[in-house]
Amino acid sequence: MLTANGLAGFTPRHLLSISDMNRLDIEMLLDLGEAYLDLSVQKDTQNHALAGKTLINLFFENSTRTEKSFELAGRRLGADVINMAIAQSSVAKGETLLDTAATLNAMNPDLLVIRHGASGAPALLSQKVSCAVINAGDGMHEHPTQALLDALCLRQAFAKTGQDIGGMRVAICGDILHSRVARSNIQLLNILGAEVRLIGPPTLLPADADRWGVDVFHDMKKGLEGCDVVMMLRLQLERMGGAFIPSKREYFHFYGLDRTKLAYAKPGALVMHPGPMNRGVEISSDVADDPEISLITKQVESGVAMRMAILHALSLKERGGRS
Amino acid sequence: MSMLAIRNARLIDPDSELDILGDLLVEDGKIAGFGADIFDNGIPDGAHLIDATGLILAPGLIDMRVVTGEPGSEHKETLGSAGDAAASGGVTSMVVMPQTNPVIDDISLVNYILRRGRDTSPINVYSAGALTTGLKSESMTELGLMAHAGAVMFSNGENPIADTRLMRRIMSYSSTFNALIAHRAIDPYLSEGTCAHESDYSSRLGLHGAPALSERIMAERDLALVELTGARYLIDLISSAETLPAIRRAKAKDLDVSASVSINHLALNEMDIGPYRSFAKLDPPLRTEQDRTALIAAINDGTIDVIVSAHDPRPAGEKRRPFSEASSGAVGLEILLSAGLTLVADGQLDLMAFLRAVTCNPADLLGLPQGRLKVGAPADLILIDEHKPWMCNVDQLKSLSRNTPFDERHMEGKAVMTICNGKIVFDINAN
Repeated sequence: MLTANGLAGFTPRHLLSISDMNRLDIEMLLDLGEAYLDLSVQKDTQNHALAGKTLINLFFENSTRTEKSFELAGRRLGADVINMAIAQSSVAKGETLLDTAATLNAMNPDLLVIRHGASGAPALLSQKVSCAVINAGDGMHEHPTQALLDALCLRQAFAKTGQDIGGMRVAICGDILHSRVARSNIQLLNILGAEVRLIGPPTLLPADADRWGVDVFHDMKKGLEGCDVVMMLRLQLERMGGAFIPSKREYFHFYGLDRTKLAYAKPGALVMHPGPMNRGVEISSDVADDPEISLITKQVESGVAMRMAILHALSLKERGGRS
Repeated sequence: MSMLAIRNARLIDPDSELDILGDLLVEDGKIAGFGADIFDNGIPDGAHLIDATGLILAPGLIDMRVVTGEPGSEHKETLGSAGDAAASGGVTSMVVMPQTNPVIDDISLVNYILRRGRDTSPINVYSAGALTTGLKSESMTELGLMAHAGAVMFSNGENPIADTRLMRRIMSYSSTFNALIAHRAIDPYLSEGTCAHESDYSSRLGLHGAPALSERIMAERDLALVELTGARYLIDLISSAETLPAIRRAKAKDLDVSASVSINHLALNEMDIGPYRSFAKLDPPLRTEQDRTALIAAINDGTIDVIVSAHDPRPAGEKRRPFSEASSGAVGLEILLSAGLTLVADGQLDLMAFLRAVTCNPADLLGLPQGRLKVGAPADLILIDEHKPWMCNVDQLKSLSRNTPFDERHMEGKAVMTICNGKIVFDINAN
């Protein structure tokens, strides 16, 4: 059974955003995540790290992979897992977020995973409940567990070559403006010492993004030069109808990742995507499905391991907090 | 190998401000040489000789704003008929506006215009692309793909984009292609339902007037957006003195801003609508004499970069109606040069400033190599008799539509020969 000796000194009580974390906390989480990547450790039925604990998945937005990933992570650690899809329940009856929080708190959960369409909702919730809160995506703010699993995935992928995330050149491409994944990844990669580049049309980049410790490009050819990793972002369908960009075909022409554009990056560069993908819009199937260059399914795999590590670490913290 | 040797001309190049007597040699559609002494060793064998004694030799005009009826309303004007009119007016390049039917808002339409222009028009035809789908001011078009297909600029036709957020996104998006965005400065609410300039004159005529302020408000909005987004922006068809300080301010800040004015607004004023002369009904409306003289001064001092014909063919049936119901617009391809030269002859407009605004300035904005006397540049040239008196007679216009407020006006100065890519496309003595 995996022990959590490596977590001595882990400070966060919640996981709300990458900006709350320091490099040590992050390295500890990644180390534990790495241990959980081993399937024999992950599926060890003797691991009762969360035995007797209750994990509530509180999803105000639809999600398949994140919710299931947390559910699986919780179950593998022996927790009781409850999934609440709020979109169809009390909120429809007019209950506010804080009402929901009070109700849930009365059920004494130990871990609360929340996804919400409003930026800052998990932070608000964390002030009103007595358990650990994990942000599974809030509005256009952050999606810290995705960034952590991406970092874990990168660590694994580059383990063979011995290359560290520090010093890597990573391009994040596409709809940065609306992306919580991008915001978390930019911060995490910066903390870990990577050189981050943002590439996208000006309409999909935040104003003053160049003040985020990144280099901003509007041209894939220039932006991808020398990149070790290319992270593509999902383009929301509702952004395509001429509001932010003219059309899917124009977007793919200038910003869709195909082999021609990938060739601008460093030879052997790897491709990531948080999913779900729009094939032929931001990424060609050809690139997405090539196991030599695409880490996309590896990201899902890392997701479960990383979330086990996060739940495990926060549950220890939570126990410590109570005693 | 075709050669033209033009002798004894007054060579004027607005780009370099050259103004000398001399000769010019055209070889294979390009300017092969020019100057006072290029034929000192004799004229090359086989060159077609043109005696230009007493005439100005200048670059052919580039008209950045031409509306045609092709596709969709070929009875008004085709690319071929517009090209013939242009050639006889000394215009060797024209940019076709997107307000056709269907609208030029797709790469296939850009391709169509370029192909039809090449096949049917004696002069160079370029295409502008629409800024919004169907010119409806609702969603952005494929600006990048159209720019790659050859659209030299983008315009929303006569429709202003009232939605500031959409305009911001268009400017921001287009900045990566360095695309030229032309926009009519009109506040659509202030100008709604108007047909003349708001003044005591239009009030006495009982016509709804558009205030000059409408233009200034939209121009100021757009210039603020340019400052935010770094777009390349052209205020299309300015008409009032009130807008000029905004342009001067933007230029002083080094913004990539330019402005165009139609020849109509330099030559005419609101009094020309006279007793409800709908042929002088234009959009923007003709404004006061003070506005007109301020616009001319702005050409002379370079505040306004470009003069256009604002060619807008309308059949008589659309024009011969009560003033408020008649459509706006006038043909101008055959008027632009002569009306400008008339203002030059009258001492109002500076010749060099005028030629700059119809040759090298538009060429620079559109990224075209012509519009200047330069060795190796396309041989798009005109011979001008700057003092030739003539009277505009609508029956002699080559446009399929003959709506012009200049009918029966006396003009001074005319193109007597037009050469496009080294070929003579108009010769007044041949007609």
